[in-house]
Amino acid sequence: MKKIKLLVNAMALGTMAFLYLPLMAVAFFSVNNTKYGLVWKGFTLKWYIQLLHNEAILHIALNTLILAVVSTIISTILGTALAIGMGRFPWPGKMNTILDLILHLPVIIPDIILAAALVIAFGLLRSLSSVFEPGLICMIISHITFQVAFVALVVRSRLISIGKDIEEAARDLYASTSYLLWKITLPLLLPGIIAGAMLAFTLSLDDFVISFFTAGPDSVTLPLYIFAAVRRVVTPQIHALATIVLFVTVILVFTMERFTRKKDIQ
Amino acid sequence: MNKLMIWYGELIAPKKLLKRGALFLSPGMLWLIFFLVIPGLVLILVSFAGRGSYGELVWEFGLANYKRLVGYGIFGWTPDYIVILLRSVWVAIVTTGLSVVLSYPLCFFIAKKPERTRYVWLMMVIIPFWTNMVIRTYSWFLILAPEMPLAKLAAYFKLISPGMALYPSAFAVYLGMISIFLPFVALPLFSSVERMDWALVEAAQDLYSSNVRIFMHAILPQTLPGLSVGIILTFVPAMGMFVVPDLLGGAKYMLVGNLIEQQFGTSRDWAFGAAISMALMALTLFSLYLYRKKNKDIDLL
Repeated sequence: MKKIKLLVNAMALGTMAFLYLPLMAVAFFSVNNTKYGLVWKGFTLKWYIQLLHNEAILHIALNTLILAVVSTIISTILGTALAIGMGRFPWPGKMNTILDLILHLPVIIPDIILAAALVIAFGLLRSLSSVFEPGLICMIISHITFQVAFVALVVRSRLISIGKDIEEAARDLYASTSYLLWKITLPLLLPGIIAGAMLAFTLSLDDFVISFFTAGPDSVTLPLYIFAAVRRVVTPQIHALATIVLFVTVILVFTMERFTRKKDIQ
Repeated sequence: MNKLMIWYGELIAPKKLLKRGALFLSPGMLWLIFFLVIPGLVLILVSFAGRGSYGELVWEFGLANYKRLVGYGIFGWTPDYIVILLRSVWVAIVTTGLSVVLSYPLCFFIAKKPERTRYVWLMMVIIPFWTNMVIRTYSWFLILAPEMPLAKLAAYFKLISPGMALYPSAFAVYLGMISIFLPFVALPLFSSVERMDWALVEAAQDLYSSNVRIFMHAILPQTLPGLSVGIILTFVPAMGMFVVPDLLGGAKYMLVGNLIEQQFGTSRDWAFGAAISMALMALTLFSLYLYRKKNKDIDLL
């Protein structure tokens, strides 16, 4: 039995190393004082400083942020309304099945197929309006399309878990429809809405494939930039950029965990 | 339909209630119908269309794209595209399988930790889960570089010539794929392992059952719900993966994701790209169907 325990522990630690060694290598070589090769030449922060003075990269970072914030706001509103609309009204069974199917589509479809479908759709819409030229607007539309489903699913699970008692009680006490929505249902849903919004935000920051298909020359995001750069040549500046992205991810994950764990305690 | 009903403590006509419901529902649903359902249907339609000499769509419908996909070209039959499709399925199977094998010890290890440190270990799996795929993929460039021990070892055993990197190669693709998808298996699996009843395992040990039987009869049934979610979360996106084979496999180990990207990028043949997407979709639905059939009582999502 002891042998097995040892084996399990060794495998687990090996797997952890397997997950983290590449990332640690990136962070390690981001402070290496040489432009070429992977030999340690002393500590430096100059790649980070160069990065902060690189206007092109700051512009790209801003693009990424605008895309994530705008798409998250719109998808959170649409997704929350969708969850309430699906969960709080007596739809006939057949319609419920269809709605459910549509809602699960973006979760099941491989993202490359969604990207392909959107490229063709935008391509055809382009003859109607120049809004659909590859670029930030197309990217925002695409991101919202997959975010809405995730937000709605998260909010709906919260909607189910809060039950109907409180809302019924409010109605019994003569709450109007709008009072019920703004003062009872939405505040009760808030943890779910925030969790959904954070999920949507992270999904947008993380997305590569859909952005890659729908981006234009002026709407490059950080993952696209890193991808294009490492395809040519890997520089310590890219390591520095990747390390910063990594760091932001860690912070986001920790705040997200805080929220979901607090919800469990309630 | 004019009868009144009580809904959430409100006396209301069903018609009025559903009208209100539609108000909530319609913005999101219309969005999904307009940008997801209709583009999906158009994609199906386009897969039967043709390509003009400038890469534009030609609305003449036929099975040409599908014929090309199964290998019939101007120069006779070649298995190239079928090989890529089958390879994608194979890579997805291997990635899922190895991720499961590595996830079990990892989950047991974390579950056995005292409560205080357990969440720290769990966070260590959650962070890679959320880290950008492009960064996690290219970070293997560093580990597999010629200056690093791994490549030197491979050169010593004459697996590669000295001074060469270990990528692009099939080996690098598998490494990259497993490292990306392992957290997708481990996290859902952990939610099952955490709630596992270890008394069953101990009972099986007391009754001298072999390790294989302990796993099959005491551990697997208890962890099946989490495992199924993990397998689906890995297998479906692994088949359509594009970043990892592009960066770590290059032209040496193409998958269906790269093939689709090529049609929308350099080749500019949307119709053929749509047909390949349909093939990938068919593979996805088929594997979901097979999986459903085998595990009827499991709710997928």
